[in-house]
Amino acid sequence: MNFEFSDEQKMLRDQAQRFLRENCTSALVREVMESEQGYDRALWTQLSEMGWHGIAIPEEFGGLGGGYLELCILAEQLGRFLAPVPFAATQYLATRALLLTGSEQQKAAWLPEVAAGERIGCLALAERPGSLLQRQTECFVAGGRLHGSKTPVMDGAVADFALISARSSVAADAPVALYLVDLCQPGVQRSALPVIDGSRPHARLGFEGIVVEPLHEGGDYARQVAAILDGAATLLAFEQVGGADATLEMACAFALERKAFGRPIGGFQAVKHKLADMYVKNELARANAYYAAWALASGDAELALAAPAARIAATDAFEYATQENIQIHGGMGYTWEVDAHLFYRRSRSLAQVIGSAREWKERLTSRLVARLHQTAKKPVKAEVAD
Amino acid sequence: MDFKDTPEEAAFRAEVRAWLAEHAVRYDDRTTGELPLEKRLALGREWQALKAERGFAKITWPREFCGIGGTAMQQVIYQQEEANYRLPNVYFKVSLGMPLPILRRFGSPEQQQRYLGPGLRGDEIWCQLFSEPAAGSDLAGVRLRAVRDGDDWILNGQKIWTSWAQVSDFGVIVTRSDPSVPKHKGMTYFFVDMKSPGIEVRPIKQISGGEEFNEVYFTDVRVPDSQRLGDVHGGWKVALATLMEERFSVVDVTGGGPDLDHLIRFCEELALEDGLAIDDSDVRQRIAEWYTMEQGLKANYYRALTTLSNGGLPGPEGAINKICIPYKLQQMSKFAMDLMGAGGVLAPSEGQRASDYFVGWLEAAGYRIAGGTDEILRNTIAEQVLKMPADVRVDKDVPFNQL
Repeated sequence: MNFEFSDEQKMLRDQAQRFLRENCTSALVREVMESEQGYDRALWTQLSEMGWHGIAIPEEFGGLGGGYLELCILAEQLGRFLAPVPFAATQYLATRALLLTGSEQQKAAWLPEVAAGERIGCLALAERPGSLLQRQTECFVAGGRLHGSKTPVMDGAVADFALISARSSVAADAPVALYLVDLCQPGVQRSALPVIDGSRPHARLGFEGIVVEPLHEGGDYARQVAAILDGAATLLAFEQVGGADATLEMACAFALERKAFGRPIGGFQAVKHKLADMYVKNELARANAYYAAWALASGDAELALAAPAARIAATDAFEYATQENIQIHGGMGYTWEVDAHLFYRRSRSLAQVIGSAREWKERLTSRLVARLHQTAKKPVKAEVAD
Repeated sequence: MDFKDTPEEAAFRAEVRAWLAEHAVRYDDRTTGELPLEKRLALGREWQALKAERGFAKITWPREFCGIGGTAMQQVIYQQEEANYRLPNVYFKVSLGMPLPILRRFGSPEQQQRYLGPGLRGDEIWCQLFSEPAAGSDLAGVRLRAVRDGDDWILNGQKIWTSWAQVSDFGVIVTRSDPSVPKHKGMTYFFVDMKSPGIEVRPIKQISGGEEFNEVYFTDVRVPDSQRLGDVHGGWKVALATLMEERFSVVDVTGGGPDLDHLIRFCEELALEDGLAIDDSDVRQRIAEWYTMEQGLKANYYRALTTLSNGGLPGPEGAINKICIPYKLQQMSKFAMDLMGAGGVLAPSEGQRASDYFVGWLEAAGYRIAGGTDEILRNTIAEQVLKMPADVRVDKDVPFNQL
């Protein structure tokens, strides 16, 4: 049993934290939030100088060939500092989706430039509010050309390529599949949408008969999407855990500094117990995220249960921390000036993207029920039993 | 990062598994059926002796004290494998968990020679006499008086919530030895022979109907000074060490109640207005939440194990478990009973699936209090981990007899 990151991985974490503390201040986050620029280009370039974009991309496609554990480590720090860059859309969604479903040629066409930080990707599944996996899909492909629109698409306004779900013909009951789309071609309409967290922009993408390529590797659509979303849930859980940690630290610092009735408010049990609850939720979220990271990195089938659990726990932890952090800050927490709302906004944005906790809980229970009937009477794996 | 056993660990697991397969079945309560306390205890002693002989009673301890000088990891592997059986271990849980390790740390070599072996073999059972009617969460408020008398001490007062005192041969005890100083400074720690004249044990009937714990009355009970552990008036330090010992054990994320598979099967058999409970979306949401919590606790425990096997000290995992598990058991049990609607008013008989929820619902109410309440544990996390200021302690510097 070795359920910890290695010393090298911890070093990467510390380096990432130091770098972002210095270069990704809340002033920078606010600048992106309050402008139309979509992301911070200087920060994005700095990330490529450090090799972050290629960290989980295989060497044959120009990456460093590291694994998902390294990517999880970076995700945690990016989440902690609310980094306003399209890293999640590019790495956790588009790159992973392409690695799972693309042909060698398709990977070779995009990944080396992604690894160099020269390309931004996104994943476009949603077309309207509700579940990501609702039955109806309006987008369709006819004669190799895509029609329809997707909304909201994380970082869709700045992405160079997308993986998009669409019906494989105009027929209403045609099977849905994933397609690879070069977004830098005429016929692609992009419109930035007003969002709850301006440092995590979303856009509507419209397609008027643009050229697409099918992505057929790696099984049927449902399995492909499940695998993509499980990986994304794990990586986003690390962003959420990072954010939840930063929020708890902010709440603790304020509880020690703010005095009422002659004492720091952190000395009152009502506040203490709130902070303790935040801590417990954060630790459970972290543990679940670690477990999912292990499953993701080692390709273990346990990911089917570990990823939803990571997402559910991390969503709960981040959300609870950010809402109670405002509560602990009192009136000041409700001001634009104090950073509490940046975390509050980010936690809600992350709670929705790739489907909300409600959807993931349903997915988890379906898988639990299925597993129970599959493995009935089979002994539980020794290594993880206790 | 991996969960696999190292080759050495895998070999040890195989060894344990083979040994358990050969011996444990006879003691499993699924084999023996329902037995009265006396018989079950006798069987428990036999099982405990067998473990001690094999070196599995306290794996990390040396051979002479019924161990094999194993690693913390091996101890955990053993516990994991043993958990596949339902064995009569409960009577020795306190003995092995706190008093005996404390005796090994604070007792004289002669005392260790005399008591550790019989304790580990289950010949003698130990209890922990800590709480009093007026000293629960605030343990340092103990009043049971210890007065020096030559080479002895005379003990007078009352303890309460003492698990298994009715079957115990010895007990460790915190007493008030000097009431003229502030409370933390006037306590002394001993171990006592539970058969001493003047000790009276009265079982307390719990809301679950069980009688696991007791009131223990002390009337002029004579204890030799040689049975003092730690310094005179230095008992608080030993008491804290005892409480710290409680942390290092395998965690059962169900809290002894039904697991998630059990809940799923329960919901698959139960009809609601629109079909089976398992197809109800609210039910499905809750199942996912409890699974997520259980997984988080397990993974957190793996992290603690990693720290332990790397020679480090695990952090506040114990407090996290204690806050989460009983509360979850209570909520989950209540939820399952709720699903039964009007049928949930009945106390199900043992063996019925619903019975586990009824029992869990009752027992969880106690688990949330025993060994540190939800509230005290939240204080602990806030103060020790998050460094919030300690509660105002108005009695901190006041002599105990002036409170």
